[in-house]
Amino acid sequence: MGRLEKICILCPIGCNLIIEKDPTSKEGYKVSGNRCNRGFQYAIKEMTNPTRVLTSTVRIKGFSNSMLPVRTDVGIPKNKMLQIMDEIRYLEIETPINAGDIIAKNICNTNANLIATKSIG
Amino acid sequence: MNYDLVVVGGGPAGLAAAIRAKELGVMDILIIERDNELGGILNQCIHNGFGLHIFKKELTGPEYAKIFMDKVEELGIDYKLNTFVLDINDKKELAVVNSTDGFFSIQAKAIILAMGCRERPRGAINIPGTRPSGIFTAGTAQRFINIEGYMVGKKVVILGSGDIGLIMARRLTLEGAKVEAVAEIMPYPNGLKRNIAQCLEDFNIPLLLEHTVIDIIGRSRIEGVILAKVDEDRNVIKGTEKHIECDTLILSVGLIPENELSKSAGVKMDPLTSGPLVDETLETSVAGIFACGNVLHVHDLVDNVTKESYKAGESAAKYIKEVGEKKKIKDNIVHLYPEKGVRYVLPQYLDIDNLDENINLFMRVDNIYKNIEIIVETNGKVIKKFKRNQLFPSEMESILLRKEDLNNMTGNKVSVYIK
Repeated sequence: MGRLEKICILCPIGCNLIIEKDPTSKEGYKVSGNRCNRGFQYAIKEMTNPTRVLTSTVRIKGFSNSMLPVRTDVGIPKNKMLQIMDEIRYLEIETPINAGDIIAKNICNTNANLIATKSIG
Repeated sequence: MNYDLVVVGGGPAGLAAAIRAKELGVMDILIIERDNELGGILNQCIHNGFGLHIFKKELTGPEYAKIFMDKVEELGIDYKLNTFVLDINDKKELAVVNSTDGFFSIQAKAIILAMGCRERPRGAINIPGTRPSGIFTAGTAQRFINIEGYMVGKKVVILGSGDIGLIMARRLTLEGAKVEAVAEIMPYPNGLKRNIAQCLEDFNIPLLLEHTVIDIIGRSRIEGVILAKVDEDRNVIKGTEKHIECDTLILSVGLIPENELSKSAGVKMDPLTSGPLVDETLETSVAGIFACGNVLHVHDLVDNVTKESYKAGESAAKYIKEVGEKKKIKDNIVHLYPEKGVRYVLPQYLDIDNLDENINLFMRVDNIYKNIEIIVETNGKVIKKFKRNQLFPSEMESILLRKEDLNNMTGNKVSVYIK
């Protein structure tokens, strides 16, 4: 693989990144097509350790048809998304909950916390 | 009941408009919301990506909504939940109903229409076949899963590549469903590129361009669909039909501004946006009635809804202060017309005597264009040109005119087109 094209997901512009192997550079890759430096960082990360912020919902005790929206506070490895979902699925929390509260610490040993994104109760 | 300003709709548009009007000194404001909480559609948009323009960070829908809901509380703006506006007339009287106050009417000095939009259902695109259960619009499925906690199905086909459909492809996959394909009748996707990348490519979900659903199979629950390829005139190519087994079909085939109340108030409509005709202050054809957000035209980004709604709040505040003073007659009105390549331009009118220094025009194109110019022209004379590398129908474009650009124009018609 000498050359790879990727769409940057950091903002709605969606730059077409072209990533090429370049052993002479510090990061090991040459990136073009990005309009800002964050795009460059994203491209390098996609090649070395792609991460995503995961968002989902958690059940609330005593509420039959109302879910608590949650997200990871930092990006988690892309290939761990489904594993973390398996854990989130069995969580159940009690109210009151404030947006920003930690729902699960260091989820699946990713160093990311699962936090509430809404206040309920 | 009397209010200076009534805002119809407590979603992102209504909240931002009410907040700005209050900050500018309008005392009596009432927000009317039919759901049981403020925040509108943001409550079910639990994914992140909101707020990059306004707050310079990535927020989820509920987090974005909370900023505005907290501000509404802090400013002490009145709101009524579970409350429905039945009718508005051109004298700015609203007929309202809820289960605690019953039926009542409100006289407003000014009204901001912020009712948002709704999804095009199956009937809007006339898919043939049986009528089993298991067919949802993307937003309905999103509400079931994200708010009410019900999974909609296990084997899913998504028709249409609008952003909500793409977001739901990812959400359904994360919740354990198998999304067989996203079919899009056009040769290009209808959602943001970043959503193609992070919702489909991340999960190896196939995007079938120039494909559509031509039949639905199943009696009580949907059992499958027939997908087929279409030619450039969007006619089905014979021999390309294939049967895909599924228990759920999700439709993400466009949004329609929800304007029944606008029409009852006598507001003139633009058939191109399906929203009200407005001038640069976002005032409709009825004096003192303003519109903002998705009721006016469908936006891609909530950040743009917020900015537009601040503007509507400002305009309503100004109008309320001037009530009682002699109204200036608008006699120097310029009409904006979309021409070749441009589907719509907003605002549709400019009051030349009332313009700010900068005038933002919003527009959508009718196809993919590369290395082109957007031309603003009056009476055969080019006023301004804007170079663009790429334009997509799925991405709203804006251009900035200056007051002086319109100073020496003759006639009252400005056209905007692609060259």
